[in-house]
Amino acid sequence: MMKKSIGRRSLSSILVVLTTLTLTLSGCSSKKAEESTPDVTNATETASSSENSETETADSTAGADDLSKITIGIPQDIDSMDPHMAKAAGTREILFNVFEGLVKPDQDGNLQPALASDYTISEDGMTYTFTLRDGVKFHDGSSVTAEDVKYSIERNAGTDGTDPLISAFSNIDKVEIQDDSTIVLTLKEANTEFLAYMIVAIIPASNEDPEGNPIGTGPYKFVSRSPQENVILTKFDEYWGEPAYIQDITLKIEANADSVVMDLEGGSIDMYPRITSAQMAQLSDKFDVYEGTMNLVQALYLNNAEKPFDNELVRQALCYAIDPQTIMDFVSDGKGTEIGSSMFPSFGKYFDASLNDTYNQDIDKAKELLAEAGYPNGFDFTITVPSNYTQHVDTAQVLVEQFKEIGVNATIQEVEWNSWLDDVYTNRNFQSTVIGVDASTLTAYALLSRFRSDAHNNFINFSDADYDVALDAAIKATDDDEKTKNYKECEKILSEKAANVYIQDLPEFVVLNKKFTGYTFYPLYAQDFAKIKPAN
Amino acid sequence: MRYILKKVLSMVLTLIVVSLCVFLAFSLIPGDPVTRMFGTEATPELIAQYREKMGFNDPLLVRYFRWFTSFLQGDMGTSYDYKVPVAGMLAEKIPITLTLAVMSFVIMVIISIPLGIYTAKYENGIIDHIISVINQIIMAIPPFFSGILLTFFFGVILKIFTPGGFVSYTKDLHGFLKYLILPAFAIALPKAAMATKLLRGSVIEEAGKDYTRTAYSRGNTTNAVLYLHVLKNAMIPVITFMGMALADMVAGSIVIEQVFGIPGVSRILLSSINNRDYPVVEAIIMGIAIMVLVINLLVDIIYRIIDPRIEVEE
Repeated sequence: MMKKSIGRRSLSSILVVLTTLTLTLSGCSSKKAEESTPDVTNATETASSSENSETETADSTAGADDLSKITIGIPQDIDSMDPHMAKAAGTREILFNVFEGLVKPDQDGNLQPALASDYTISEDGMTYTFTLRDGVKFHDGSSVTAEDVKYSIERNAGTDGTDPLISAFSNIDKVEIQDDSTIVLTLKEANTEFLAYMIVAIIPASNEDPEGNPIGTGPYKFVSRSPQENVILTKFDEYWGEPAYIQDITLKIEANADSVVMDLEGGSIDMYPRITSAQMAQLSDKFDVYEGTMNLVQALYLNNAEKPFDNELVRQALCYAIDPQTIMDFVSDGKGTEIGSSMFPSFGKYFDASLNDTYNQDIDKAKELLAEAGYPNGFDFTITVPSNYTQHVDTAQVLVEQFKEIGVNATIQEVEWNSWLDDVYTNRNFQSTVIGVDASTLTAYALLSRFRSDAHNNFINFSDADYDVALDAAIKATDDDEKTKNYKECEKILSEKAANVYIQDLPEFVVLNKKFTGYTFYPLYAQDFAKIKPAN
Repeated sequence: MRYILKKVLSMVLTLIVVSLCVFLAFSLIPGDPVTRMFGTEATPELIAQYREKMGFNDPLLVRYFRWFTSFLQGDMGTSYDYKVPVAGMLAEKIPITLTLAVMSFVIMVIISIPLGIYTAKYENGIIDHIISVINQIIMAIPPFFSGILLTFFFGVILKIFTPGGFVSYTKDLHGFLKYLILPAFAIALPKAAMATKLLRGSVIEEAGKDYTRTAYSRGNTTNAVLYLHVLKNAMIPVITFMGMALADMVAGSIVIEQVFGIPGVSRILLSSINNRDYPVVEAIIMGIAIMVLVINLLVDIIYRIIDPRIEVEE
């Protein structure tokens, strides 16, 4: 009896399993057949492509056709609503819509007057004079005054005796209010690039709770937020500049990267920045994919103080061992821009494409250099990678394979982001790491100053006397050509000394439902929601 | 009474040990809230200044004691990450996770009790066999996977469910409850399968006992005997299981909230661990621990109500 029943049971269970599998598999295949590849359009071509797109198929989601609202997925919750305390790039790019500085970057990377209607920089690069724009209102209805500007700058400069929240602000000597609409900023040391830091958010001096009650001047104002759920913004009707198109914005936190495609298809989000190429392949033609660059320097950063990377020859050998194109093919289907130093192409005049060829893959040359450095049989080392960045982990995997060719054995150690910040970045306790370094402001200084031998954020411990001289000359120069020349010299030194194994500026893909259009890339971290508009 | 007192005392001790463990665990793992706060913009001076300001320079035991005394006074501290009081932040999220757990529990009970009795009544019948096969399959599928399957089937194929379309109970209660049905099923199904199996075995065992025969001989119908007499006794092992299941459902929601994009307590727990937001983690862990202990206590009490013969060991 017992035996018999088990026999029958296993037979029927096999049947059930088979049926389930068939159902699931057929479901999958029919789904795949329905899908067509999404349109990949360049930012410049988008306008025409979305005009051509046919009318939308009726959507199942309630309120989906209400184009005055948009829901945008973001990969992680914002770290602070206080613009001066927000440090994560993913937060800064969102607060771009809520807060503004005296000047504001445009999509070409030029600084445009914002809360200041005009400014002058003295010849010697010591004094900056700003004229406040007339009639600019904060989100609470009060007017922006010179006191608010002074307060906001001083809060970051730490003039009350605390340490500056932005280290570059330690160069500020004083902020003076000349009259109701004129503010004069005096520096301790000449710096003609300091204007780029004046994108720092201006907030009302009277606001006692900038975290819980954020008040800015941007095209969107803060409505509410719920931890790990969403942040809600609404259009600010009294905005001084060009008004936004979309009335209400919900930023939905997509904690689970695996559900992004399903949420896009199901209609619970309309837009998602930084989608991976694997996710892109699963999208239907309801979406436009905008392609830009992430504006960061992705490299295998080497701890120049640590053996064996204290030896320039070893570092150069690693540079000869790799091929950035293979990495791009593997990580993002061949998209990406090769770089040869700590500078990316969006910076235009500072970018030197010739440095891409300082090293081209040459296995024999690499082996020679290793032998010369005293490692004829190669060596072992560890690559520490923050596990939350898939692109960097993938890159590290290709690197490991490429280093095998020259007899160097690399091991990948994946760590949590907080451990990375602590061990690698703050305590510099690492051998090498794959990471992307971005620029906090639109200055070459932001990218290059960290490699000065005594810089507090020189996490790779790079030290070169010529570099320090060139960097100082670039900072002090008031003539633009002189400045550019010196910055390029810095880049050349980094490349020739093989400070790091430079790889690429990663591609960025932004998905937007075809119901909307107008996504614009900026050469620094910014998502300009005010430019997004209904497609028709 | 003495029993209850003893139980409460051991509960308090358990809670102290749990909270101390969480505190110690956090002092062992790398990364601290201050470096996380400033990220790549941190300077050593800035870190030192904020460490001092947030009281991280005190010895571990001093910090623990400070946290413990304020916890006893009902103050759970302020979230490092969100800079709002932990109590208020969690109060907003608890209804979400609790609704999910209660819904799953109700689904489990509704499915498993009639099914368990039915399969016991028609032991070895065709339906009993089919159900036991289905039970095996459901028990073998982890909730996160059944969650993905359910989303795919109802969301992508049938299009009667919007994946990720969660709305908060404060905005749209109806939509909120509707969204939670699928996740609740994903949590409840494996538990319901187990409960059904357990109840079936238990009912079959009880049905062979003398009192059942007596109940029949008094002229009761089969259903009356099963539901009125047998069920009460057969429920004892099942109640133990359901009590554990209820506690497990809150823990199980950690995975399900992730899969379905539900911003409940579990999601806050995960992000707080990642962000080293100790006060929030401590508060949530204490909440879960208290809940598990209370459920266990309730199960003990329910035993005695159902079957007064059960002696509670002194």
